[in-house]
Amino acid sequence: MRRFVIGQAKNLIDQTRRRPPQPHHHNNLRLLSLLRPPASDTTPVSSPRLFSSSSSDMSGSDSSTSSLPVTLDSINPKVLKCEYAVRGEIVSIAQRLQDDLKTNKDAYPFDEIIYCNIGNPQSLGQQPITFFREVLALCSHTALLDESATHGLFSSDSIDRAWKILDQIPGKATGAYSHSQGIKGLRDAIAAGIEARDGFPADPNDIFMTDGASPGVHMMMQLLISSEKDGILCPIPQYPLYSASIALHGGSLVPYYLDEASGWGLEISELKKQLEDAKSKGITVRALAVINPGNPTGQVLSEENQRDIVDFCKKEGLVLLADEVYQENVYVPDKKFHSFKKVARSMGYGEKDISLVSFQSISKGYYGECGKRGGYMEVTGFTSDVREQIYKVASVNLCSNISGQILASLVMSPPKPGDDSYDSYIAEKEGILSSLATRAKTLEEALNKLEGVTCNRAEGAMYLFPCINLPQKAIAAAEAAKTAPDAFYCKRLLNATGIVVVPGSGFRQVPGTWHFRCTILPQEDKIPAIVNRLTEFHKSFMNEFRD
Amino acid sequence: MSLKALDYETLNENVKNCQYAVRGELYLRASELQKEGKKIIFTNVGNPHALGQKPLTFPRQVVALCQAPFLLDNPNVGMIFPADAIARAKHYLSLTSGGLGAYSDSRGLPGVRKEVAEFIQRRDGYPSDPELIFLTDGASKGVMQILNCIIRDQKDGILVPVPQYPLYSATISLLGGTLVPYYLEETDNWGLDVNNLRQSVAQARSQGITVRAMVIINPGNPTGQCLSEANLREILKFCCDERLVLLGDEVYQQNIYQDERPFISSKKVLMDMGEPLSKEVQLISFHTVSKGYWGECGQRGGYFEMTNIPPRTVEEIYKVASIALSPNVSAQIFMGLMVSPPKPGDISYDQFVRERIKISQKRYFNSKGILESLRRRARIMTDGFNSCKNLVCNFTEGAMYSFPQIKLPPKAIQAAKQAGKVPDVFYCLKLLEATGISTVPGSGFGQKEGVFHLRTTILPAEEEMPEIMESFKKFNDEFMFQYGDNFGYSRM
Repeated sequence: MRRFVIGQAKNLIDQTRRRPPQPHHHNNLRLLSLLRPPASDTTPVSSPRLFSSSSSDMSGSDSSTSSLPVTLDSINPKVLKCEYAVRGEIVSIAQRLQDDLKTNKDAYPFDEIIYCNIGNPQSLGQQPITFFREVLALCSHTALLDESATHGLFSSDSIDRAWKILDQIPGKATGAYSHSQGIKGLRDAIAAGIEARDGFPADPNDIFMTDGASPGVHMMMQLLISSEKDGILCPIPQYPLYSASIALHGGSLVPYYLDEASGWGLEISELKKQLEDAKSKGITVRALAVINPGNPTGQVLSEENQRDIVDFCKKEGLVLLADEVYQENVYVPDKKFHSFKKVARSMGYGEKDISLVSFQSISKGYYGECGKRGGYMEVTGFTSDVREQIYKVASVNLCSNISGQILASLVMSPPKPGDDSYDSYIAEKEGILSSLATRAKTLEEALNKLEGVTCNRAEGAMYLFPCINLPQKAIAAAEAAKTAPDAFYCKRLLNATGIVVVPGSGFRQVPGTWHFRCTILPQEDKIPAIVNRLTEFHKSFMNEFRD
Repeated sequence: MSLKALDYETLNENVKNCQYAVRGELYLRASELQKEGKKIIFTNVGNPHALGQKPLTFPRQVVALCQAPFLLDNPNVGMIFPADAIARAKHYLSLTSGGLGAYSDSRGLPGVRKEVAEFIQRRDGYPSDPELIFLTDGASKGVMQILNCIIRDQKDGILVPVPQYPLYSATISLLGGTLVPYYLEETDNWGLDVNNLRQSVAQARSQGITVRAMVIINPGNPTGQCLSEANLREILKFCCDERLVLLGDEVYQQNIYQDERPFISSKKVLMDMGEPLSKEVQLISFHTVSKGYWGECGQRGGYFEMTNIPPRTVEEIYKVASIALSPNVSAQIFMGLMVSPPKPGDISYDQFVRERIKISQKRYFNSKGILESLRRRARIMTDGFNSCKNLVCNFTEGAMYSFPQIKLPPKAIQAAKQAGKVPDVFYCLKLLEATGISTVPGSGFGQKEGVFHLRTTILPAEEEMPEIMESFKKFNDEFMFQYGDNFGYSRM
């Protein structure tokens, strides 16, 4: 009897496995019901004895390494493989140092840890935009809107805006799950904001709101990657979200190198070369990821370059994944941000010509609201059956958090001239952006003065990515310490100065070159001290290791 | 013509195979009807605030202050906020590094994780380590992270109850693993029989599947049953024998509507069992701010606690969490508030209690407290379904759902086939068109072959309940009349 049941289940599983993929809606659940014979009354109950004999036959694969089911040996190898240096080893050391500093102040040549490892502006003292927070507070506790004293404490347009937003939320319920793409009224505001930015129409149904930009990137990787035969073209250096996400989904990262000598330029010939190379290895390249403005490299692409990229994707049938989270962070007068959607549409390319996903986040820009986890992706040029699949994947997580959604709509529709908060909003925004520009310039100049260091300017984003020409002696010392040479440098920097930066190897780089990523986010009054400490450290490092 | 970049045919098969019925065909049709102006009663998702439940005031005050910290410096802030909310907002802001706008540690704010550990310790009577608690954007994200770490390929199986909450089937499918079902016994009030587990594991193993973990949902979703302590002991023993990680979905731990089987956590039962089990069984428990009397679904806040997971594995889970940078900070604060609500003597305590109502506090029986009301609603619904022709329904002991079985007549099954629909989808669509009641067909959760159900939440407002049940009954009886024949509707 038991053999019969097992045999039947085996056949059914085999059938399910063999069945070619079908766009049928109950595939997965059929597997469920097939695993067990239909009528429960007739199901034989296996005796404990039978069970134990079968379990001892079968459990070998479980027990070979450890008696625990989840150990390092048995977890998903894709998890082991993925790396995320922005929060990696150096940051762990920094956290230990910070704890130790509290009790052991005299043991260190510095009195605080300065985190330049991550684009987390408000953790370094950047203040949130008042208007945005007023609206969020009112939406968090809607009873405030009925209090007369509220008018003395909040700007009038924040109260108006809160009402307007609440009217767009079914039942004014900010504590309810929303539509899995995000609240429709908020998506309308975002679409209007995109339209105002680009001068081309945007459709709220193309917007998927996400808990920060990262979940959107994961969703697209999930969709695009079936196996290691699927490749994603990524810039090198890249933001490690891409390498980590590709590794987690078991795909292949196909690198294209940015040209440091031409200000981290993106050459189409390089894209072509890498694409052909990947093809020759049997990899199907599915998408091209472009980060503009660049992370960690800080370059802002020219419109002409963007047109070439769009044409390349169109010609090669690649999805263009446009990471545009730094779109508000441009610091040089000779560069401007253009969205890839605007560029594609201005070339006359519509929905049918190019598949394009644009990612935006509330964590960056002048707002820097990292802790809110808000963002969206605008998905264009996909057939409706593919979009249904994106929706389905989004729906498994129900929805993104509502205050993040509200903030994403505010960021794309800030106060307008004439609004009560407009002047203070502009002052706060300009203050932050101009200060970031100053900090970028100061740090870049300081870095370029260091022996053996060259640093491209940060045209945009929040980072500098200097190249350090490390002496052979330092490289040998790093090898002896079993660390990458740039990680060696960064650890020494941390221990000497308390400044936390991320080694270039975490972003990948041209082999044999060494970099680190440093944010431009410490408050302006701290910059001179950082420059001094960095300069002093570098001098003594070079004195120690100069060939 | 160039190649199409992302054709349906080339999409990841795991994505195409994944199903998530809670927001599937029925929900989409309901949204369409709503756009056309029809009144829709959404009972498809456990989303209490969307159905009129008011948020608790105190946590909203605290979070509002954290959103606008400049209010704390305003001398007039006391006019609209009570002093304890102000103090609590300052407390939580001091736990952050940069307020709500800064990424936190990827595992969540250490101070909040400490509060969660204290809550677990108070609840269970056993110590809990904040280092083994990770805060997440809702419990679902936690489940996904953990399954991502466990599942290597389709040879890895996860034991999941059927019927189940489709988060599990969807995530296992997305990650390319194999769902190994164990069936709950409907005739035994959705009881969990360990013999069924053994059988499921043996069958799966004979297919070459390595069963790695077992999911329990307690109280059950969609089935609403509460596991007894004895049953939990059997399960833990089973996991120990079979070397399975137990994933305890305990998000409905506050939602209990009977007194015989109060909620008891898997962790407490495990610790009660003592060594060697208490040191051996690997357990991960999930909780959320979306359920209970909080129902703060839109915040996306949750946590998981790990027991007996080796440190290097915890490191890997930390790495996976760090790729998403951090869970949203305001929901972390909601979680902190949920596990440490106002205490007696606090200014806001009375109001908070008035709004909350503990299950055991009979003196509040007549008030409009959320849980007492849910308790009565659970009763009205179960009784209502049982009074309908061809419906049988177990009482909702816990969670938020009613899951009646619909004995569909052969003619209805035939009609469904002709319409190209699964029979319970067919029934639910008809129900939606006729009454505006949006439910989820049982096939979205898994059920025995030839047996059909629907899931509805017990969340509609109490005063609307009789009317909803009446219109449901009217529809059902007409449906059964239309598709019925004169004898024997069903052999099941």
